[in-house]
Amino acid sequence: MNKSLEINTDARRKASLDKRNAAEKRFRWYGRVAIGFGIACLVFLFVDIISKGIGAFNQTYIAMQVTFDEQELGLTPQSSEAEIRAASFESFLKASLREAYPDVTERRAKRQLYSIVSSDTSFMLRDMVLATPSLMGTTQTVNMIADDDVDMYYKYSFGRDLSEGEEIGRLSKLQKEIVAELYDLERIGTRFNSTFFTNSDSRDPESAGIYGAALGSFFMLVVTLVLSFPIAIAAAIYLEEFAPKNKITDFIEVNINNLAAVPSVIFGLLGLAVFINFFGMPRSVPLVGGLVLTLMTLPTIIISSRAAIKSVPPSIREAALGMGASKVQTVIHHVLPLAMPGMLTGTIIGMARALGETAPLLMIGMVAFIVEPPVGIMDSATALPVQIFLWLDSPERAFVEKTSAAIMVLLAFLIFMNSFAVWLRKRLERRW
Amino acid sequence: MNKEIESSVSVDKSEQSVSAEFVADSYTTVGEPLLDDPKISIRNGNVFYAEKQAIFDVNLDIGKQQVISMIGPSGCGKSTFIRCLNRMNDTIDICRVEGEFRMDGEDIHDSKLDVVELRARVGMVFQKPNPFPKSIYENVAYGARIHGLTDNRVQLDELVEQSLIRCGLWNEVKDRLDEPGTGLSGGQQQRLCIARAIAVDPQVILMDEPCSALDPIATATIEELINELSESFTICIVTHSMQQAARVSTRTAYFHLGKLIEVNDTAKVFTNPEHQLTEEYITGRIG
Repeated sequence: MNKSLEINTDARRKASLDKRNAAEKRFRWYGRVAIGFGIACLVFLFVDIISKGIGAFNQTYIAMQVTFDEQELGLTPQSSEAEIRAASFESFLKASLREAYPDVTERRAKRQLYSIVSSDTSFMLRDMVLATPSLMGTTQTVNMIADDDVDMYYKYSFGRDLSEGEEIGRLSKLQKEIVAELYDLERIGTRFNSTFFTNSDSRDPESAGIYGAALGSFFMLVVTLVLSFPIAIAAAIYLEEFAPKNKITDFIEVNINNLAAVPSVIFGLLGLAVFINFFGMPRSVPLVGGLVLTLMTLPTIIISSRAAIKSVPPSIREAALGMGASKVQTVIHHVLPLAMPGMLTGTIIGMARALGETAPLLMIGMVAFIVEPPVGIMDSATALPVQIFLWLDSPERAFVEKTSAAIMVLLAFLIFMNSFAVWLRKRLERRW
Repeated sequence: MNKEIESSVSVDKSEQSVSAEFVADSYTTVGEPLLDDPKISIRNGNVFYAEKQAIFDVNLDIGKQQVISMIGPSGCGKSTFIRCLNRMNDTIDICRVEGEFRMDGEDIHDSKLDVVELRARVGMVFQKPNPFPKSIYENVAYGARIHGLTDNRVQLDELVEQSLIRCGLWNEVKDRLDEPGTGLSGGQQQRLCIARAIAVDPQVILMDEPCSALDPIATATIEELINELSESFTICIVTHSMQQAARVSTRTAYFHLGKLIEVNDTAKVFTNPEHQLTEEYITGRIG
């Protein structure tokens, strides 16, 4: 009690304390709500993508009896490779299917019958004979990849009590009957979809895969890493340790910071104008993609590298200089080893950003439909996020599944890279 | 990096009010600043940070194998002054040094003189122990490595051992030479820094408040070490502790607001100072 002012200080302090505690509690709750919201969004995203995409890792197969008839194909076990390649496996496949379902006679019905297996099946049969010509004349049970509509129907609609509109997969009555019959004979089933990881893009969802796109992304990231890491580190060291502090370096610094915030599509336009139109480099190749992504990641890596160099205690520099080390020795012997974890982290995060980048690649034509996986940085290729973008645009229902699956693969790569960055930082960061 | 040094040497405005009579721009250092046959001689030394002058017309000789301590209130320019002797001030862009700084008759600030060579001859120990984040062995061996002092590993081992023995650290660390130097205690770290400095066999050692971050026991060890080292090296030590100055040095220089006020034998400075400002400082009325 403050007598002179007639104020009950104890009561007032108590009241203000209650208020303060309430404010602290409220603030803590704001934080929890914010984090909860973030986690909820993340969970929603993951559940949505995984539930849509998980199916793509399984593929429906149909086991068919196939007799490699010597007359039908005009081949013998002694046939040369050229002869096998020339043989019409497509009509052979159709004949085999007709043989399995002799009741199907009408032309339309026959076409429906042919389309229950993937259109690539005839190539698969040819490859089988190419690999073992002695198959000729024998009867084999061949696991054929089902057509995407059959695949969709079997995975999502078959055996479930769905009305016409809810069914997935555009199958005719005949095709549904065939599926049901196959099911009863235990000749239809799903297996791990290795095609998704070994094939490149295709018009047919059942034979489309991410291999080519992943390889394209890989080549691009190699180009980006090889160029951006040394350039960014050299620039960061020079700016931080050697450059005089004047208007020019200030100007450069402001520009680097601005470049980091430039929308990536602008870099794509720049790449189109400079690398393709001016230097005449080919379109759609990982080299140009890598160059564009280098431009995009450079500012990020430079900024994080400079921050890492800045955080090296000045006393270390003084100690080295005081020992008579030259400026370069000081940097290489003492500053760089201490700044390296930060630099590497920045680089990996920059790389992860580059891996997920789509817009600039659309600008330089890496959005083409490319079936052959690239073999080098000068080969036409596409990239994972672009592949996702392409599939997202496709009308087939099966591509929805593929899109989500490809997103899962991309996310897995990103999570892996970011955790690697965290691990590397923990590993290299010596606390002395 | 530059900013930190700047702030540590910038003149503290609040101190200015204390300087009662001492305002004149021209002044003469009292006592005996000049010597015959000095190791280092400074004539009309001036140091500027951009437009601001930090050191005013210092004339001082530092004798061979002598320990000279620099005392004075914070911001009086002691650190700035000794950093001129191995040109550490070069690392500060805005710092400008004028005047004649000679070591063995050779101009320290001559542009032809290689600063790397100068710093090998003039070692430095800093206020805060700053061993490299490397092993104890590497800390001591570093100078020998960069200056190419030894031919092989055996010689290097020998040099490291001798340097650590001279600093009285050998017995404490001989079994853990591979461990990080930063894992030692503060006093050990500072002795490691001294071992690192003497490993390159300098002629002069500059010490910038070497004990200010240490406890009294570590301080006593370092002071003892300074006494031993004074037989072979010329040592300039900046200190805030007048007791320390009295214990380790033979001469004492008192700085005030960038001016060298008084230089005399340590005993004389502390018992019978000639200048009024010195007296005020050592009796605790300034600083």
